[in-house]
Amino acid sequence: MRRGLTAFNRVSLLFGFGFLYLPIFLLVVYSFNASQLVTVWGGFSTRWYASLFRNEQLLDAVWVTFRVGLISATVATILGTFAAVALVRAGRFKGRTLFSGLVYAPLVMPEVVLGLSLLLLFVAFGLPRGFWTVVIGHATVTLCYATVVIQARLAAFDRQLEEAARDLGCPPFKAFFLVTLPNIAPAVAAAWMLAFTLSLDDLVIASFTSGPGATTLPMRIYSQVRLGVNPEINAVSTLLIGLVATGVIAAYLMQLRRRQDA
Amino acid sequence: MSARRDRTGLAAIAPFLWLGVFFLFPFLLVAKLSLSDTALAMPPYAPRIDWALGMAGLRAFLAALDLQTYGRLTSDHLYVAAYLSSLRFAAVATAILLLLGYPMAYAMARCSPAVRQALLMAVILPFWTSFLIRVYALIGILKPEGLLNAVLAAVGLGPVALLNTDAAIYIGLVYAYLPFMVLPLYAVLERQHHDLLEAAADLGCTPLQAFWRVTFPLSLPGVGAGALLCFIPMVGEFVIPDLLGGSGTLMLGKTIWTEFFANRDWPAASAVAIALLATLVVPIALYQRQQAKLIGGAR
Repeated sequence: MRRGLTAFNRVSLLFGFGFLYLPIFLLVVYSFNASQLVTVWGGFSTRWYASLFRNEQLLDAVWVTFRVGLISATVATILGTFAAVALVRAGRFKGRTLFSGLVYAPLVMPEVVLGLSLLLLFVAFGLPRGFWTVVIGHATVTLCYATVVIQARLAAFDRQLEEAARDLGCPPFKAFFLVTLPNIAPAVAAAWMLAFTLSLDDLVIASFTSGPGATTLPMRIYSQVRLGVNPEINAVSTLLIGLVATGVIAAYLMQLRRRQDA
Repeated sequence: MSARRDRTGLAAIAPFLWLGVFFLFPFLLVAKLSLSDTALAMPPYAPRIDWALGMAGLRAFLAALDLQTYGRLTSDHLYVAAYLSSLRFAAVATAILLLLGYPMAYAMARCSPAVRQALLMAVILPFWTSFLIRVYALIGILKPEGLLNAVLAAVGLGPVALLNTDAAIYIGLVYAYLPFMVLPLYAVLERQHHDLLEAAADLGCTPLQAFWRVTFPLSLPGVGAGALLCFIPMVGEFVIPDLLGGSGTLMLGKTIWTEFFANRDWPAASAVAIALLATLVVPIALYQRQQAKLIGGAR
């Protein structure tokens, strides 16, 4: 479908994207505001970034969040790859329906319910809540997203390549690692990134599963936001947005380049 | 091929176990707790299964479960109100999202391929950006001394109290879920052939008629997918009503949170969670059926 844009088309694009980006743009601009008042522009300054790096609590939360993200995304991606292989390749196996239900259900389940159920589990088993319970919570949810991403790529991958390797005497496990895995690597990387970002963002599941000493950045931001707008939160948000946007855009450009090479 | 034994199914074991232990089992715990008696103390709540008694223990356990908590939910008007207002917020926001997202997706689909790619990226990017941060950004605009009121004052309109109102929740829901609406709509609109519209024009359709009789009916799968994709998570939304809505805002996600963290009434929180899921079963089933049809149709 292609034709010139009408005035109405232009207005809808302008309004839609303006709505999506204006709040973020303002948030970034005001993180450089010299004034303590978040609504008055007091000149350009980086003082909030400086005070950010002296805020022990916040830095602590950043460190916890990154560790949770790294570990949970890695667990989720490994399990997600297995799940995707089983769903795409294995045809019928016992419990397949239950399995695919288990993989898709957390995607549509409200976060509050997921958080609550995980917490009940940890309480039931007397597990002390803290860093590792958050990791488990995040790995469980992001595992499902990782599976969907890898599954899509695996379904499009030509199975004959792997079969050719096996005909040439390659054992199945080796064929998977030498032929299939390198081919689905971009999807595996994308799945990891998605899992990591979701973990970085999550407030609800972390709040339910966390315990003393394992406060994540979103939990810290949330408790500050409840007290009101604060320029330091603008600064830390700006850094996070910059980090994620750089990653996403870089991944996107790499993908474009690869497509042009092919 | 059949000579080789297919052991690929074994790959399912690890994720199967993981999801069984950390998703299915906890979910059963929620269901059990929702049927347990309310106690103000910490768990374990009665009844418990006495495994030493074997089948008799299990039977005693099942007999002790009751619907008392659910009875409490239906008789307390606050819970009923929270339930109904969650559905209302999600339904109205979905309608607004359609009205806003459709023209956007339509215009995107009409751009040149290069521009289309860039715009698609621009729709996806907010999806990767922290939800909490985006809601926080909105507070900066909606608060009494925020941008919106500054603009309104400039054109001579009085200050409006937006933050902590229902209007703020609608704005927040639409803002946060716009990418979820635009993406499926764009996916169906982008695939439509321009020839169809030309054929309609040749047969005497005005552009507006052609839109309503060709483009729109053909885009209905995208409309359905977008609407369900937004409606389902919005019903259980917590962050938006909590940060943008007033203290009197009633939504199920917030109710579960409050019952759990503030009131420490775990059976009530569990029962609300089960009620929320029971409500979402139908839209979720619809969505999955439609996705299956879409995938089947593409092959």
